[in-house]
Amino acid sequence: MADNIFEVADLRVDVADMTRKPLFGSAPRLEILKGISFTIPRGAVLGIVGGSGSGKTTLGRTLVRLAEPSGGRMLFDGQDIAHLSDAAMQPLRPRIQMIFQDPLSSLNPRLTVGRTVAAPLNARTNDPRIGQALEHVGLPADFARRYPHELSGGQRQRVGIARAIAMRPEFILADEIVSGLDVSSQAQVLMLLETLVAELGLTLAFISHDLSVIRRLCSRVIVLRAGEIVEDAATEDLFERPQHAYTRELLDAIPTPDPSVRW
Amino acid sequence: MLDGRGSIRRRAGARLWLSALWLALFVLAALLAPWISPHDPLAQDLMLGRLPPAWMAGAEPGYWLGTDSLGRDVLSRIIHGARIALIVALIAGTATCLLGSTLGLVAGFYRGWADRLISRLVDIWMAFPPVLFAILLIAVLGTGLTSVILAIVIIDWTRFCRVVRAETLNQSKMDYVHSAKVAGFTRLRTLVAEILPNVLPTIIALLTLEMGIAVIVEAILSFVNLSISTDQPTWGGMIAEGRTSIHQAWWVLVFPLIALFFTVLAFAQFGDGLRERFDPVLR
Repeated sequence: MADNIFEVADLRVDVADMTRKPLFGSAPRLEILKGISFTIPRGAVLGIVGGSGSGKTTLGRTLVRLAEPSGGRMLFDGQDIAHLSDAAMQPLRPRIQMIFQDPLSSLNPRLTVGRTVAAPLNARTNDPRIGQALEHVGLPADFARRYPHELSGGQRQRVGIARAIAMRPEFILADEIVSGLDVSSQAQVLMLLETLVAELGLTLAFISHDLSVIRRLCSRVIVLRAGEIVEDAATEDLFERPQHAYTRELLDAIPTPDPSVRW
Repeated sequence: MLDGRGSIRRRAGARLWLSALWLALFVLAALLAPWISPHDPLAQDLMLGRLPPAWMAGAEPGYWLGTDSLGRDVLSRIIHGARIALIVALIAGTATCLLGSTLGLVAGFYRGWADRLISRLVDIWMAFPPVLFAILLIAVLGTGLTSVILAIVIIDWTRFCRVVRAETLNQSKMDYVHSAKVAGFTRLRTLVAEILPNVLPTIIALLTLEMGIAVIVEAILSFVNLSISTDQPTWGGMIAEGRTSIHQAWWVLVFPLIALFFTVLAFAQFGDGLRERFDPVLR
Protein backbone atom coordinates (compact mmCIF):
# COMPACT_ATOMS: atom_id res chain seq x y z
CA MET A 1 0.00 0.00 0.00
CA ALA A 2 1.59 3.26 -1.13
CA ASP A 3 1.86 6.19 1.29
CA ASN A 4 0.41 8.56 -1.24
CA ILE A 5 -3.02 7.58 -2.45
CA PHE A 6 -2.61 9.82 -5.47
CA GLU A 7 0.60 10.89 -7.14
CA VAL A 8 -0.03 13.19 -10.04
CA ALA A 9 2.81 14.34 -12.27
CA ASP A 10 2.64 16.75 -15.20
CA LEU A 11 -1.07 16.06 -15.74
CA ARG A 12 -2.41 17.57 -18.94
CA VAL A 13 -5.96 17.68 -20.27
CA ASP A 14 -6.99 19.33 -23.48
CA VAL A 15 -10.22 19.54 -25.44
CA ALA A 16 -11.07 20.55 -28.99
CA ASP A 17 -11.70 24.30 -29.19
CA MET A 18 -14.88 24.33 -31.26
CA THR A 19 -15.15 28.13 -31.26
CA ARG A 20 -12.00 28.33 -33.37
CA LYS A 21 -12.66 25.30 -35.52
CA PRO A 22 -11.98 26.03 -39.19
CA LEU A 23 -14.65 25.07 -41.71
CA PHE A 24 -12.54 22.12 -42.84
CA GLY A 25 -10.02 20.22 -40.77
CA SER A 26 -9.88 19.60 -37.06
CA ALA A 27 -10.32 22.12 -34.30
CA PRO A 28 -7.23 23.38 -32.44
CA ARG A 29 -6.66 21.90 -28.97
CA LEU A 30 -7.43 24.01 -25.93
CA GLU A 31 -5.41 23.17 -22.84
CA ILE A 32 -7.53 23.00 -19.70
CA LEU A 33 -4.84 21.63 -17.39
CA LYS A 34 -1.26 22.61 -18.23
CA GLY A 35 0.98 20.13 -16.48
CA ILE A 36 -0.18 19.75 -12.90
CA SER A 37 1.82 17.87 -10.24
CA PHE A 38 0.77 17.17 -6.68
CA THR A 39 0.35 14.32 -4.24
CA ILE A 40 -2.45 13.35 -1.91
CA PRO A 41 -1.14 11.50 1.15
CA ARG A 42 -3.31 8.72 2.58
CA GLY A 43 -5.74 10.16 5.12
CA ALA A 44 -5.30 13.77 4.00
CA VAL A 45 -8.09 16.18 3.19
CA LEU A 46 -6.95 18.16 0.20
CA GLY A 47 -8.69 21.37 -0.83
CA ILE A 48 -8.68 22.36 -4.48
CA VAL A 49 -9.64 26.00 -4.98
CA GLY A 50 -9.74 28.31 -7.92
CA GLY A 51 -12.02 30.73 -9.66
CA SER A 52 -14.50 29.92 -12.35
CA GLY A 53 -12.80 28.33 -15.35
CA SER A 54 -9.61 27.51 -13.48
CA GLY A 55 -9.92 23.80 -14.34
CA LYS A 56 -10.76 22.47 -10.88
CA THR A 57 -13.79 20.48 -11.99
CA THR A 58 -11.84 19.07 -14.96
CA LEU A 59 -9.09 18.06 -12.55
CA GLY A 60 -11.63 16.32 -10.34
CA ARG A 61 -13.29 14.46 -13.22
CA THR A 62 -9.88 13.35 -14.44
CA LEU A 63 -8.89 12.04 -10.98
CA VAL A 64 -11.94 9.75 -10.89
CA ARG A 65 -11.38 8.93 -14.58
CA LEU A 66 -14.63 10.34 -15.90
CA ALA A 67 -12.24 12.06 -18.32
CA GLU A 68 -8.99 10.80 -19.80
CA PRO A 69 -5.91 13.01 -19.50
CA SER A 70 -3.96 13.80 -22.66
CA GLY A 71 -0.61 13.58 -20.92
CA GLY A 72 1.19 12.97 -17.65
CA ARG A 73 1.04 10.29 -15.01
CA MET A 74 -1.60 9.67 -12.42
CA LEU A 75 -0.69 7.02 -9.84
CA PHE A 76 -3.49 5.69 -7.66
CA ASP A 77 -2.01 3.56 -4.88
CA GLY A 78 1.10 3.09 -7.01
CA GLN A 79 -0.73 2.12 -10.22
CA ASP A 80 -0.87 4.47 -13.20
CA ILE A 81 -4.56 4.89 -14.03
CA ALA A 82 -4.16 7.80 -16.47
CA HIS A 83 -4.97 5.77 -19.57
CA LEU A 84 -6.68 2.65 -18.22
CA SER A 85 -9.61 1.44 -20.30
CA ASP A 86 -13.12 1.40 -18.83
CA ALA A 87 -12.84 -2.35 -18.32
CA ALA A 88 -9.47 -2.07 -16.59
CA MET A 89 -10.81 0.70 -14.33
CA GLN A 90 -13.76 -1.47 -13.23
CA PRO A 91 -12.00 -3.27 -10.32
CA LEU A 92 -10.64 0.06 -9.03
CA ARG A 93 -14.00 1.88 -9.16
CA PRO A 94 -15.26 0.87 -5.71
CA ARG A 95 -12.10 2.36 -4.16
CA ILE A 96 -12.52 5.77 -5.82
CA GLN A 97 -15.84 7.49 -5.27
CA MET A 98 -17.25 10.89 -6.07
CA ILE A 99 -19.92 13.18 -4.65
CA PHE A 100 -21.45 15.43 -7.28
CA GLN A 101 -22.23 19.12 -7.21
CA ASP A 102 -25.90 18.87 -8.14
CA PRO A 103 -27.61 16.01 -6.28
CA LEU A 104 -30.86 16.47 -8.22
CA SER A 105 -29.05 15.58 -11.42
CA SER A 106 -26.70 12.97 -9.94
CA LEU A 107 -29.48 10.94 -8.31
CA ASN A 108 -31.60 9.00 -10.77
CA PRO A 109 -35.03 10.70 -10.57
CA ARG A 110 -36.96 7.48 -11.22
CA LEU A 111 -35.19 5.25 -8.71
CA THR A 112 -35.90 5.30 -4.99
CA VAL A 113 -33.14 6.38 -2.64
CA GLY A 114 -32.80 2.77 -1.49
CA ARG A 115 -32.21 1.49 -5.00
CA THR A 116 -29.77 4.30 -5.73
CA VAL A 117 -27.68 3.42 -2.68
CA ALA A 118 -28.06 -0.35 -3.22
CA ALA A 119 -27.14 -0.50 -6.91
CA PRO A 120 -23.35 0.03 -6.65
CA LEU A 121 -23.22 -2.59 -3.87
CA ASN A 122 -25.14 -5.06 -6.03
CA ALA A 123 -27.40 -5.41 -3.02
CA ARG A 124 -31.16 -5.75 -2.64
CA THR A 125 -33.06 -2.78 -1.28
CA ASN A 126 -33.68 -4.60 2.01
CA ASP A 127 -29.94 -5.11 2.60
CA PRO A 128 -29.03 -3.81 6.09
CA ARG A 129 -26.09 -1.87 4.64
CA ILE A 130 -28.48 0.60 3.00
CA GLY A 131 -30.20 1.56 6.23
CA GLN A 132 -26.79 1.79 7.86
CA ALA A 133 -25.42 4.06 5.16
CA LEU A 134 -28.46 6.33 5.41
CA GLU A 135 -28.26 6.47 9.20
CA HIS A 136 -24.55 7.17 8.90
CA VAL A 137 -25.32 10.39 7.06
CA GLY A 138 -28.09 11.32 9.47
CA LEU A 139 -31.12 10.23 7.45
CA PRO A 140 -33.83 7.92 8.79
CA ALA A 141 -33.61 4.43 7.26
CA ASP A 142 -37.16 4.62 5.89
CA PHE A 143 -36.02 7.36 3.46
CA ALA A 144 -34.95 4.42 1.30
CA ARG A 145 -38.48 4.28 -0.08
CA ARG A 146 -38.51 7.93 -1.19
CA TYR A 147 -37.74 9.42 -4.58
CA PRO A 148 -35.11 12.19 -4.88
CA HIS A 149 -37.68 14.88 -5.70
CA GLU A 150 -39.38 14.19 -2.39
CA LEU A 151 -36.28 15.31 -0.46
CA SER A 152 -34.84 18.71 0.38
CA GLY A 153 -31.54 19.89 -1.11
CA GLY A 154 -29.54 19.05 2.01
CA GLN A 155 -31.16 15.61 2.30
CA ARG A 156 -30.42 14.87 -1.36
CA GLN A 157 -26.76 15.73 -0.88
CA ARG A 158 -26.69 13.41 2.14
CA VAL A 159 -28.00 10.63 -0.09
CA GLY A 160 -25.15 11.40 -2.52
CA ILE A 161 -22.71 11.05 0.37
CA ALA A 162 -24.38 7.83 1.58
CA ARG A 163 -24.06 6.32 -1.90
CA ALA A 164 -20.35 7.17 -1.97
CA ILE A 165 -19.47 5.90 1.52
CA ALA A 166 -21.63 2.75 1.28
CA MET A 167 -18.93 1.24 -0.94
CA ARG A 168 -16.26 1.83 1.73
CA PRO A 169 -13.94 3.66 -0.67
CA GLU A 170 -10.41 4.78 0.13
CA PHE A 171 -10.72 8.04 -1.73
CA ILE A 172 -13.66 10.39 -2.24
CA LEU A 173 -13.76 13.39 -4.52
CA ALA A 174 -16.27 16.04 -3.49
CA ASP A 175 -16.95 18.50 -6.30
CA GLU A 176 -18.50 21.75 -5.01
CA ILE A 177 -20.89 19.68 -2.95
CA VAL A 178 -22.21 22.50 -0.80
CA SER A 179 -22.40 25.31 -3.35
CA GLY A 180 -26.06 24.55 -4.13
CA LEU A 181 -27.16 24.52 -0.50
CA ASP A 182 -28.26 27.23 1.89
CA VAL A 183 -25.83 28.24 4.63
CA SER A 184 -27.29 26.13 7.44
CA SER A 185 -27.44 22.97 5.29
CA GLN A 186 -23.90 23.77 4.13
CA ALA A 187 -22.68 23.76 7.71
CA GLN A 188 -24.48 20.48 8.45
CA VAL A 189 -23.12 18.73 5.38
CA LEU A 190 -19.58 19.95 6.11
CA MET A 191 -19.83 18.78 9.71
CA LEU A 192 -21.06 15.41 8.51
CA LEU A 193 -18.20 15.11 6.06
CA GLU A 194 -15.68 16.02 8.78
CA THR A 195 -17.06 13.27 11.04
CA LEU A 196 -17.09 10.69 8.25
CA VAL A 197 -13.50 11.42 7.24
CA ALA A 198 -12.36 10.86 10.81
CA GLU A 199 -14.55 7.79 11.39
CA LEU A 200 -13.88 5.95 8.16
CA GLY A 201 -10.27 7.00 7.63
CA LEU A 202 -11.10 8.46 4.24
CA THR A 203 -8.85 10.42 1.95
CA LEU A 204 -10.79 13.34 0.57
CA ALA A 205 -10.26 15.85 -2.20
CA PHE A 206 -12.59 18.76 -1.76
CA ILE A 207 -13.17 21.10 -4.69
CA SER A 208 -14.55 24.52 -3.89
CA HIS A 209 -14.40 28.14 -4.94
CA ASP A 210 -15.06 29.17 -1.36
CA LEU A 211 -11.95 29.44 0.82
CA SER A 212 -13.87 29.73 4.07
CA VAL A 213 -15.30 26.23 3.45
CA ILE A 214 -11.82 24.92 2.62
CA ARG A 215 -10.33 26.39 5.78
CA ARG A 216 -12.65 24.52 8.05
CA LEU A 217 -12.21 21.12 6.39
CA CYS A 218 -8.86 20.75 4.67
CA SER A 219 -5.34 20.05 5.87
CA ARG A 220 -3.71 21.05 2.60
CA VAL A 221 -4.77 23.32 -0.24
CA ILE A 222 -3.80 23.71 -3.86
CA VAL A 223 -4.79 26.87 -5.68
CA LEU A 224 -5.52 26.59 -9.39
CA ARG A 225 -5.57 29.38 -11.90
CA ALA A 226 -6.04 28.92 -15.63
CA GLY A 227 -4.98 25.28 -15.50
CA GLU A 228 -1.85 25.74 -13.41
CA ILE A 229 -1.11 25.32 -9.73
CA VAL A 230 -0.10 28.71 -8.37
CA GLU A 231 0.18 27.65 -4.76
CA ASP A 232 0.37 24.36 -2.88
CA ALA A 233 0.58 24.77 0.89
CA ALA A 234 -0.69 23.57 4.25
CA THR A 235 -4.00 25.28 5.06
CA GLU A 236 -2.59 27.19 8.00
CA ASP A 237 0.30 28.63 5.96
CA LEU A 238 -1.93 29.50 3.06
CA PHE A 239 -4.24 31.57 5.19
CA GLU A 240 -1.48 33.16 7.27
CA ARG A 241 1.15 33.75 4.60
CA PRO A 242 -0.33 33.57 1.11
CA GLN A 243 2.58 33.54 -1.37
CA HIS A 244 0.87 34.26 -4.64
CA ALA A 245 -1.06 37.42 -5.56
CA TYR A 246 -3.96 35.30 -6.86
CA THR A 247 -4.28 33.53 -3.50
CA ARG A 248 -4.43 36.90 -1.75
CA GLU A 249 -7.12 37.94 -4.17
CA LEU A 250 -9.19 34.88 -3.29
CA LEU A 251 -8.62 35.46 0.42
CA ASP A 252 -9.73 39.06 0.13
CA ALA A 253 -12.95 37.90 -1.45
CA ILE A 254 -14.06 36.21 1.80
CA PRO A 255 -16.44 38.43 3.72
CA THR A 256 -15.13 38.75 7.28
CA PRO A 257 -17.32 39.49 10.27
CA ASP A 258 -14.70 41.95 11.56
CA PRO A 259 -12.84 43.85 8.82
CA SER A 260 -9.99 44.74 11.17
CA VAL A 261 -9.08 41.07 11.62
CA ARG A 262 -7.15 39.57 8.71
CA TRP A 263 -8.26 36.00 9.44
CA MET B 1 -35.77 15.76 -14.47
CA LEU B 2 -34.69 19.34 -14.28
CA ASP B 3 -37.90 21.03 -15.30
CA GLY B 4 -41.27 22.01 -13.93
CA ARG B 5 -43.15 18.87 -14.96
CA GLY B 6 -42.98 17.50 -11.44
CA SER B 7 -44.76 20.42 -9.84
CA ILE B 8 -47.69 20.64 -12.25
CA ARG B 9 -50.77 19.03 -10.76
CA ARG B 10 -52.93 17.28 -13.29
CA ARG B 11 -56.12 15.35 -12.91
CA ALA B 12 -55.59 12.10 -14.73
CA GLY B 13 -58.60 10.40 -13.16
CA ALA B 14 -61.51 10.75 -15.56
CA ARG B 15 -59.38 10.45 -18.67
CA LEU B 16 -57.66 7.29 -17.52
CA TRP B 17 -60.87 5.59 -16.37
CA LEU B 18 -62.97 6.48 -19.41
CA SER B 19 -60.31 5.31 -21.83
CA ALA B 20 -59.69 2.17 -19.76
CA LEU B 21 -63.43 1.48 -19.81
CA TRP B 22 -63.62 1.75 -23.59
CA LEU B 23 -60.51 -0.42 -24.04
CA ALA B 24 -61.97 -3.03 -21.66
CA LEU B 25 -65.16 -3.11 -23.75
CA PHE B 26 -63.05 -3.41 -26.88
CA VAL B 27 -61.02 -6.32 -25.51
CA LEU B 28 -64.12 -8.09 -24.19
CA ALA B 29 -65.87 -7.70 -27.54
CA ALA B 30 -62.84 -9.17 -29.31
CA LEU B 31 -62.49 -12.10 -26.91
CA LEU B 32 -66.17 -12.99 -26.65
CA ALA B 33 -67.17 -12.16 -30.24
CA PRO B 34 -68.68 -15.56 -31.17
CA TRP B 35 -70.83 -15.60 -28.04
CA ILE B 36 -72.04 -12.01 -27.79
CA SER B 37 -72.63 -11.02 -31.41
CA PRO B 38 -76.35 -11.33 -32.16
CA HIS B 39 -75.88 -12.74 -35.68
CA ASP B 40 -73.31 -14.52 -37.82
CA PRO B 41 -71.19 -11.67 -39.22
CA LEU B 42 -70.90 -13.45 -42.58
CA ALA B 43 -74.51 -14.60 -42.98
CA GLN B 44 -76.03 -12.85 -45.96
CA ASP B 45 -79.76 -12.36 -46.47
CA LEU B 46 -80.69 -10.24 -49.42
CA MET B 47 -84.24 -9.89 -48.08
CA LEU B 48 -82.80 -8.00 -45.09
CA GLY B 49 -80.41 -5.74 -47.06
CA ARG B 50 -79.78 -2.14 -45.93
CA LEU B 51 -81.93 -2.27 -42.84
CA PRO B 52 -81.62 0.96 -40.83
CA PRO B 53 -80.56 1.04 -37.14
CA ALA B 54 -83.11 -0.04 -34.55
CA TRP B 55 -84.44 3.42 -33.67
CA MET B 56 -85.33 4.38 -37.25
CA ALA B 57 -88.49 3.64 -39.24
CA GLY B 58 -88.37 0.36 -41.15
CA ALA B 59 -85.95 -1.34 -38.75
CA GLU B 60 -86.12 -5.05 -38.10
CA PRO B 61 -85.92 -6.15 -34.42
CA GLY B 62 -82.61 -7.80 -33.53
CA TYR B 63 -80.52 -5.75 -35.99
CA TRP B 64 -79.47 -2.96 -33.61
CA LEU B 65 -77.18 -1.07 -35.96
CA GLY B 66 -78.84 -2.11 -39.21
CA THR B 67 -77.47 -4.27 -42.01
CA ASP B 68 -75.29 -3.67 -45.07
CA SER B 69 -76.28 -4.12 -48.70
CA LEU B 70 -75.78 -7.90 -48.46
CA GLY B 71 -77.95 -8.11 -45.37
CA ARG B 72 -75.10 -8.74 -42.89
CA ASP B 73 -75.58 -7.43 -39.35
CA VAL B 74 -73.43 -4.31 -38.77
CA LEU B 75 -73.15 -4.74 -34.98
CA SER B 76 -71.97 -8.35 -35.31
CA ARG B 77 -69.42 -7.33 -37.91
CA ILE B 78 -68.09 -4.52 -35.70
CA ILE B 79 -67.74 -6.94 -32.78
CA HIS B 80 -65.93 -9.49 -34.93
CA GLY B 81 -63.83 -6.72 -36.52
CA ALA B 82 -62.57 -5.83 -33.05
CA ARG B 83 -60.65 -9.14 -33.06
CA ILE B 84 -58.45 -8.19 -35.99
CA ALA B 85 -58.08 -4.66 -34.63
CA LEU B 86 -57.00 -5.98 -31.22
CA ILE B 87 -54.50 -8.48 -32.66
CA VAL B 88 -52.98 -5.81 -34.90
CA ALA B 89 -52.86 -3.23 -32.10
CA LEU B 90 -51.19 -5.55 -29.60
CA ILE B 91 -48.75 -7.45 -31.80
CA ALA B 92 -47.83 -4.76 -34.31
CA GLY B 93 -47.72 -2.05 -31.62
CA THR B 94 -45.49 -4.07 -29.29
CA ALA B 95 -43.17 -5.33 -32.03
CA THR B 96 -42.76 -1.83 -33.46
CA CYS B 97 -42.04 -0.50 -29.99
CA LEU B 98 -39.43 -3.16 -29.23
CA LEU B 99 -37.59 -2.72 -32.52
CA GLY B 100 -37.68 1.10 -32.61
CA SER B 101 -36.91 1.63 -28.92
CA THR B 102 -33.98 -0.77 -28.89
CA LEU B 103 -32.41 0.90 -31.91
CA GLY B 104 -33.12 4.34 -30.41
CA LEU B 105 -31.54 3.42 -27.07
CA VAL B 106 -28.45 1.99 -28.78
CA ALA B 107 -28.06 4.99 -31.10
CA GLY B 108 -28.56 7.55 -28.34
CA PHE B 109 -26.36 5.89 -25.75
CA TYR B 110 -23.46 4.32 -27.66
CA ARG B 111 -23.29 7.01 -30.38
CA GLY B 112 -20.41 6.47 -32.84
CA TRP B 113 -20.93 4.34 -35.93
CA ALA B 114 -24.05 2.67 -34.53
CA ASP B 115 -25.73 6.06 -34.18
CA ARG B 116 -24.62 7.21 -37.64
CA LEU B 117 -25.90 4.02 -39.24
CA ILE B 118 -29.25 4.00 -37.42
CA SER B 119 -29.88 7.72 -37.85
CA ARG B 120 -29.18 7.68 -41.59
CA LEU B 121 -31.44 4.66 -41.92
CA VAL B 122 -34.23 6.56 -40.16
CA ASP B 123 -33.72 9.57 -42.44
CA ILE B 124 -33.94 7.39 -45.52
CA TRP B 125 -36.92 5.45 -44.17
CA MET B 126 -38.90 8.58 -43.42
CA ALA B 127 -38.52 9.89 -46.94
CA PHE B 128 -40.80 7.07 -48.21
CA PRO B 129 -44.51 7.96 -48.29
CA PRO B 130 -45.79 5.54 -45.61
CA VAL B 131 -49.06 4.42 -47.23
CA LEU B 132 -47.44 3.74 -50.60
CA PHE B 133 -44.61 1.95 -48.82
CA ALA B 134 -47.17 -0.24 -47.03
CA ILE B 135 -49.00 -1.03 -50.26
CA LEU B 136 -45.70 -1.93 -51.91
CA LEU B 137 -44.74 -4.17 -48.99
CA ILE B 138 -48.08 -5.98 -49.00
CA ALA B 139 -47.76 -6.46 -52.75
CA VAL B 140 -44.42 -8.19 -52.13
CA LEU B 141 -45.36 -10.09 -48.96
CA GLY B 142 -48.84 -11.06 -50.07
CA THR B 143 -52.06 -10.24 -48.22
CA GLY B 144 -52.87 -11.65 -44.81
CA LEU B 145 -52.70 -10.72 -41.13
CA THR B 146 -48.98 -11.47 -40.78
CA SER B 147 -48.15 -9.24 -43.73
CA VAL B 148 -50.18 -6.38 -42.29
CA ILE B 149 -48.36 -6.67 -38.95
CA LEU B 150 -44.97 -6.91 -40.67
CA ALA B 151 -45.74 -3.88 -42.82
CA ILE B 152 -46.67 -1.80 -39.76
CA VAL B 153 -43.49 -2.81 -37.92
CA ILE B 154 -41.26 -2.16 -40.92
CA ILE B 155 -42.75 1.27 -41.56
CA ASP B 156 -43.35 2.65 -38.09
CA TRP B 157 -40.25 1.69 -36.10
CA THR B 158 -38.71 5.06 -37.05
CA ARG B 159 -41.32 6.86 -34.96
CA PHE B 160 -39.98 5.17 -31.81
CA CYS B 161 -36.37 5.28 -32.86
CA ARG B 162 -36.23 9.05 -33.34
CA VAL B 163 -37.99 10.00 -30.13
CA VAL B 164 -36.25 7.40 -27.95
CA ARG B 165 -32.84 8.32 -29.39
CA ALA B 166 -33.40 12.01 -28.59
CA GLU B 167 -34.57 11.25 -25.06
CA THR B 168 -31.68 8.84 -24.46
CA LEU B 169 -29.20 11.41 -25.74
CA ASN B 170 -30.65 13.90 -23.31
CA GLN B 171 -30.56 11.48 -20.36
CA SER B 172 -27.00 10.32 -21.15
CA LYS B 173 -25.71 13.79 -20.29
CA MET B 174 -27.19 13.73 -16.79
CA ASP B 175 -24.88 13.39 -13.80
CA TYR B 176 -26.54 10.18 -12.67
CA VAL B 177 -24.98 8.49 -15.71
CA HIS B 178 -21.54 9.72 -14.61
CA SER B 179 -22.42 8.59 -11.14
CA ALA B 180 -23.15 5.11 -12.48
CA LYS B 181 -19.76 5.08 -14.18
CA VAL B 182 -18.02 6.04 -10.94
CA ALA B 183 -19.96 3.25 -9.22
CA GLY B 184 -18.39 0.83 -11.69
CA PHE B 185 -21.46 -0.06 -13.76
CA THR B 186 -20.83 -1.52 -17.18
CA ARG B 187 -22.17 0.47 -20.14
CA LEU B 188 -24.96 -2.03 -20.74
CA ARG B 189 -26.02 -1.97 -17.10
CA THR B 190 -26.05 1.84 -17.09
CA LEU B 191 -28.29 1.80 -20.14
CA VAL B 192 -30.72 -0.81 -18.81
CA ALA B 193 -30.82 0.02 -15.10
CA GLU B 194 -30.33 3.79 -15.10
CA ILE B 195 -31.37 5.30 -18.42
CA LEU B 196 -34.20 2.98 -19.44
CA PRO B 197 -36.37 3.79 -16.38
CA ASN B 198 -36.15 7.44 -17.39
CA VAL B 199 -37.02 6.82 -21.03
CA LEU B 200 -39.76 4.31 -20.21
CA PRO B 201 -42.56 6.86 -19.64
CA THR B 202 -41.94 8.23 -23.13
CA ILE B 203 -41.85 4.72 -24.58
CA ILE B 204 -45.16 3.78 -22.94
CA ALA B 205 -46.87 6.92 -24.18
CA LEU B 206 -45.58 6.20 -27.69
CA LEU B 207 -46.58 2.53 -27.46
CA THR B 208 -50.23 3.28 -26.74
CA LEU B 209 -50.21 5.90 -29.49
CA GLU B 210 -48.72 3.33 -31.85
CA MET B 211 -51.44 0.80 -30.98
CA GLY B 212 -54.00 3.34 -32.13
CA ILE B 213 -52.01 4.05 -35.26
CA ALA B 214 -51.71 0.32 -36.01
CA VAL B 215 -55.51 0.04 -35.96
CA ILE B 216 -55.73 2.96 -38.40
CA VAL B 217 -53.08 1.51 -40.72
CA GLU B 218 -54.91 -1.81 -40.78
CA ALA B 219 -58.11 0.09 -41.64
CA ILE B 220 -56.34 1.97 -44.43
CA LEU B 221 -54.98 -1.27 -45.87
CA SER B 222 -58.42 -2.89 -45.68
CA PHE B 223 -59.80 0.20 -47.36
CA VAL B 224 -57.55 -0.35 -50.35
CA ASN B 225 -58.33 -4.08 -50.17
CA LEU B 226 -54.82 -5.15 -49.20
CA SER B 227 -55.41 -6.37 -45.68
CA ILE B 228 -57.23 -9.57 -44.81
CA SER B 229 -59.45 -11.72 -47.00
CA THR B 230 -63.06 -10.56 -47.21
CA ASP B 231 -64.46 -13.44 -45.15
CA GLN B 232 -62.90 -11.82 -42.06
CA PRO B 233 -64.83 -8.70 -41.12
CA THR B 234 -62.55 -5.73 -40.40
CA TRP B 235 -63.42 -2.12 -39.58
CA GLY B 236 -61.47 -0.79 -42.54
CA GLY B 237 -63.15 -3.26 -44.87
CA MET B 238 -66.57 -2.23 -43.55
CA ILE B 239 -65.76 1.44 -44.11
CA ALA B 240 -64.65 0.67 -47.65
CA GLU B 241 -67.84 -1.26 -48.39
CA GLY B 242 -70.01 1.36 -46.71
CA ARG B 243 -68.50 4.08 -48.88
CA THR B 244 -70.23 2.74 -51.98
CA SER B 245 -73.70 3.00 -50.45
CA ILE B 246 -73.20 6.05 -48.22
CA HIS B 247 -76.28 7.82 -49.61
CA GLN B 248 -78.59 4.84 -49.14
CA ALA B 249 -77.17 3.31 -45.93
CA TRP B 250 -74.87 5.68 -44.01
CA TRP B 251 -74.84 3.42 -40.95
CA VAL B 252 -72.66 0.82 -42.66
CA LEU B 253 -69.86 3.41 -42.82
CA VAL B 254 -70.52 5.51 -39.72
CA PHE B 255 -70.66 2.86 -36.97
CA PRO B 256 -67.30 1.16 -37.70
CA LEU B 257 -65.86 4.66 -38.06
CA ILE B 258 -67.10 5.57 -34.57
CA ALA B 259 -65.65 2.34 -33.15
CA LEU B 260 -62.32 3.10 -34.83
CA PHE B 261 -62.31 6.71 -33.65
CA PHE B 262 -63.00 5.89 -29.99
CA THR B 263 -60.49 3.04 -29.95
CA VAL B 264 -57.66 5.19 -31.31
CA LEU B 265 -58.58 8.04 -28.97
CA ALA B 266 -58.80 5.67 -25.98
CA PHE B 267 -55.36 4.18 -26.68
CA ALA B 268 -53.71 7.60 -26.75
CA GLN B 269 -55.52 8.86 -23.65
CA PHE B 270 -54.83 5.62 -21.81
CA GLY B 271 -51.09 6.04 -22.43
CA ASP B 272 -51.05 9.60 -21.13
CA GLY B 273 -53.22 8.67 -18.18
CA LEU B 274 -50.96 5.75 -17.25
CA ARG B 275 -47.92 7.97 -17.42
CA GLU B 276 -49.37 10.61 -15.17
CA ARG B 277 -50.54 8.05 -12.66
CA PHE B 278 -47.50 5.81 -12.41
CA ASP B 279 -44.52 8.01 -13.21
CA PRO B 280 -42.90 8.69 -9.81
CA VAL B 281 -41.65 12.09 -10.98
CA LEU B 282 -45.04 13.31 -12.18
CA ARG B 283 -47.10 11.70 -9.45
